[in-house]
This record gives sequence, C-alpha cells and structure tokens, in this order.
Amino acid sequence: MSETAHAARPAAARAFDLQAVRREFPVLARSVHGHPLAYLDNGASSQAPRAVIDAVDEYARRHHANVHRGVHTLSEEATELYEGARDLVVRWLNAASRSEIVFTRGATEAVNLVAQSYARPLLRPGDEILITHLEHHANIVPWQMVCAQTGAKLVVAPIDARGEVDPEAVEALMGPRTRLLACAHVSNALGTVLPVERLIASARARGLATLIDGAQAVPHMRIDVRALGCDFYVFSGHKTFAPTGIGALYAREAVLERMPPWQGGGDMIRTVSFENTTYNTLPYRFEAGTPNIAGAVGLGAAIEFLDSLDLGAAHAHERALLDRAHAALAPIPGLRLIGTARRKLGLVSFVVDGVHPHDIGTVLDQDGIAIRTGHHCAMPVMEYFRVPATARASFAFYNTFEEIDRLAASVERARRLFSGEGG
Amino acid sequence: MELKDLYRDVILDHNRRPRNFGPLAGASTDVEGFNPLCGDRLTLHLRFAGDRVEDVRFEGQGCAISTASASLMTESIKGKTRAEALALFERVHALLTDDSATADDALGKLAALSGVREFPARVKCASLCWHTLATALRSPAPAAIPAVSTE
Repeated sequence: MSETAHAARPAAARAFDLQAVRREFPVLARSVHGHPLAYLDNGASSQAPRAVIDAVDEYARRHHANVHRGVHTLSEEATELYEGARDLVVRWLNAASRSEIVFTRGATEAVNLVAQSYARPLLRPGDEILITHLEHHANIVPWQMVCAQTGAKLVVAPIDARGEVDPEAVEALMGPRTRLLACAHVSNALGTVLPVERLIASARARGLATLIDGAQAVPHMRIDVRALGCDFYVFSGHKTFAPTGIGALYAREAVLERMPPWQGGGDMIRTVSFENTTYNTLPYRFEAGTPNIAGAVGLGAAIEFLDSLDLGAAHAHERALLDRAHAALAPIPGLRLIGTARRKLGLVSFVVDGVHPHDIGTVLDQDGIAIRTGHHCAMPVMEYFRVPATARASFAFYNTFEEIDRLAASVERARRLFSGEGG
Repeated sequence: MELKDLYRDVILDHNRRPRNFGPLAGASTDVEGFNPLCGDRLTLHLRFAGDRVEDVRFEGQGCAISTASASLMTESIKGKTRAEALALFERVHALLTDDSATADDALGKLAALSGVREFPARVKCASLCWHTLATALRSPAPAAIPAVSTE
C-alpha cells in the first residue's frame, strides 16, 4: 500500500490491525484462478472467522443433542449453548430480554413471520402496508402475499435519482388506513442508509407498527433496537460472519405477546391434546420444531468475535474502503454509479457503458475478484434506474485498499476488452 | 481455462456489432426469451417461406455471450428448413452442455461457443436464444407462443 494512501486513511482506521483480522478468516488465504481471492460479495454472504467455524465444529463434536427436551448432559449443554447464543443477540441488538429474540432461518423468514402472524390477523380490506421503492424482494413479496390474503393494499414510497428516500415523501403516504411501515435500514442494491430513526418516530406518532430490515445494516453498524424504537427488526446471520440458515427477529415483547403462533409443532407448545393445545411462552411460541442449533451457536460465536474487535475502527475502515472504491472507479470511462446517496454504506453498485454486468463479473472472477452481478433481488430498483442489472462490490472490514484497486483495474480491463481497445 | 476461451474474437465482434439486430418487417413469428436470473431479454423475429427460414432478426438486451450467440444464430439459420434449424439447435445445445461434444466444420463460426461450457454460470446466457428458436420452430400456431424462460 502506498504512503499517500496510508496517509489518507482516517485516524481510527490506523489503529485497526487489518492483517491480524484477515488471518482470522481462513478463506481469505485461498486463491482463485491463480490470484489471491478478493472477496467483495459480502452483501450476498460474508465469510466466517475461525472462531465461528470452530464453535460449530466443537458443537458437533462434543455437545450436539436436541434442545429444551432431555435431562441428559448433552441436551443440557446444547440448550445452554443455544440460549447463550440468544442472550448474545439480545445484548448485541440491545433488546430488553430473551422473550424478544426469535431465531429464524434468516431475515426473509422473519419478515414472513411478521407478515403472517402480526399483519394477517390485523389487516382489513382497504388497510395499507407502506414500504419503499428500494426494498429487497424479501421485504416486498411477503407483504404482497398478505395483501392478497386480506384485501389490504401495498403502498410504495418513492426514491430519488440518488437512491435516497425522502422521509417527507414517506410521511405523506402515512394515511388513516396505514397499518405498518416496513423498510430497509440499508439498501442491498444501492447502499443507501435510510433515515429510519425519523421514519420510526413518524410512524409511532401515527400509531403505525414498524419493521426494519437490517440484513445489510447489522454487519456495518451498531444497532440499538430500543433506541430506534421499532416494533420489529430482522437480520440474517450469514451476512454477519455466521453460518447460513440462521437469523433473528427482534420484536417488542408487548407486540409479540399478542401475536398468534406462526408455525405449529414441537417446542412451541405447553400442552397438547386432541381437544386443546396451549402454547409455550415467548420466544419459544414462535420456534416450532427443532431449531438450527449449530447455526445459532455459530451466530453467537460471530457476535463474540465482533465484540472482540475495535468495531469503531473496523467500521471506520469500511467507510474508508467505500471512499476508496468511489475514487478508484470514478476515472473509468462510461462507468455510472447506481446509488449515490449522501449516507451510504458498505457497497458500490455500478454499470459500464457497452459492458453487461455479467461479463464484468466473469472477467473479475478470472482475476480472483468475487462480486455480485444481477438484479440483487431488487427488480423495482433496477427498473427505476432503467438498467437490467448492475455489478455490485460489497465490503467487509477484512477487505483491503489493494483489493479495491484490483477491482478498479479489473473493471477497466473488462471495459477495454469489450470496447475493442484490447484486454 | 482462460478468459480468451470464453470471449473469443468472434464473440467480441458479434457482441460489438450484432448482425441481424432489430425489427423484421413481415415477421410471421415473434417469440420472447427471458432469463430471469440475469435479466437478459430477447425477442426473435422469424419470417418463413414455406418450410424455410427466409429471414430472422433479434432484439433485446443481454450480456456479450447472449448477444453474440443470438447474432451468430441468426446468421447460421437463415435459409434453413425447420428440421435443419432444429438439428442445429441440438448440435449447439450439446456443444454448450456436453463435455464430449466437439465442434466440426459444419458448425462454422458457431464453434466459437464451445468455450462457454467451461463457464457453467454462463451456459444459460448462450442457450437462451437457441431455446427461444426451438420454441418458435416447434410451434404450429405462431400467434399463441408463450414467452420462453431459461428458469
């Protein structure tokens, strides 16, 4: 890394021992097509540190049994590990208690749970659910499904050319029939940070429930659900250095308490007879069946790992990576950033004249650089910007300035290849 | 496996200057192809003279592989009978998916597509136009052809 680049980094980033952090992530040492892997697809799924891999491994080797059932030692250990992971999520999000954290398969399942268990019994024909134009499909389709089931209407707040959401435009759509506001904390396709503090406050003042999709926020910022004041907050483990198939729903206890169970099965009941079934307490009422215990253990380990870092410095490094990416990509002829919000986090989405994003993705892969290309499960965003797809590089604190420079060089190589200037 | 195996000069050329691109006057068959995974879309226009493909053009947007494949396809099927064009579809399909398939002189420029199978994520890009063509050729009632999807 050059001296000038080093000097340009903010003071906080200097204290961050990037190489030591990178050594904790075994996959970062591998090569792809003869080049060191530059993993810039963290928005799709992030990599796991040794601590997570080891915790899951140790669980399988020594402690696996079903939870909440046995009196034997292994079942007690598994239960302790599983509930210990829940306690870590409680603390991580600053929830009030265990009752407020429901383990799910991920953010998608958490949104579906809220749509079916909270919204469906509440909604009457003509009621409205308010979302924004930049939502991930996971925060669109579950609401469309519940609208179809209830006769409610999906109302979509606009975005602007920067990819920002104007809170006044959202507030203008909060009407007498609006029941719930569901929006992203950070956009997965654009990187926009939404003004969720204000939106939640406005919604609460009007008596609306609020769900925040934090899938792209939790890996990049400290979240305090009680300071936010939302009713629901969802995230996925695998985007925050934990395994796939685990995530969590935060729900205010007073709201969760009134919700009927979502799925039926074991663990969510207190007593069952053929005449009558009584349900378990929170949060177990919403966790039917044997849960993803190993995944929860991995998520707990990921949170402990993050706690062991200087997160302020890690997040400052991520902001510096984003600045570097903007600066490095800007000189490329015909490159257009999709998403230029003033508050932006974690990713750059872009298109290049005359080069389809998939071809960019293939050229970059040959250079050992992993990015996402496509519509990013946000087709309405693509339609708004009139592009079929974008190329998206998304960062984690383990990425380096050198990787960003390789990204820019490889995009330029792709541009030259397809423009006929020679690759 | 090199990038040049995928992006051969013929592919790059047909991507930059796609042949037979645009609407087709008097088309008797128009079929849409869609690859929902990448957002590639193309519309294939065909005009038949009896059993022969008298003219064929395409429109749409897609990656270099998808554009070049469609461009090469239109060049190679013009003048062929339905059966001949379908046989060519089978040859190309095998070339894209079957490791034992080899390109011979009969394939002409289409042999340039043989590198695609080394890039499994890109096979659908190359095959979209061919599946769209096969649907058009097999359909007895052009007016009622539903859009083709690779998913």
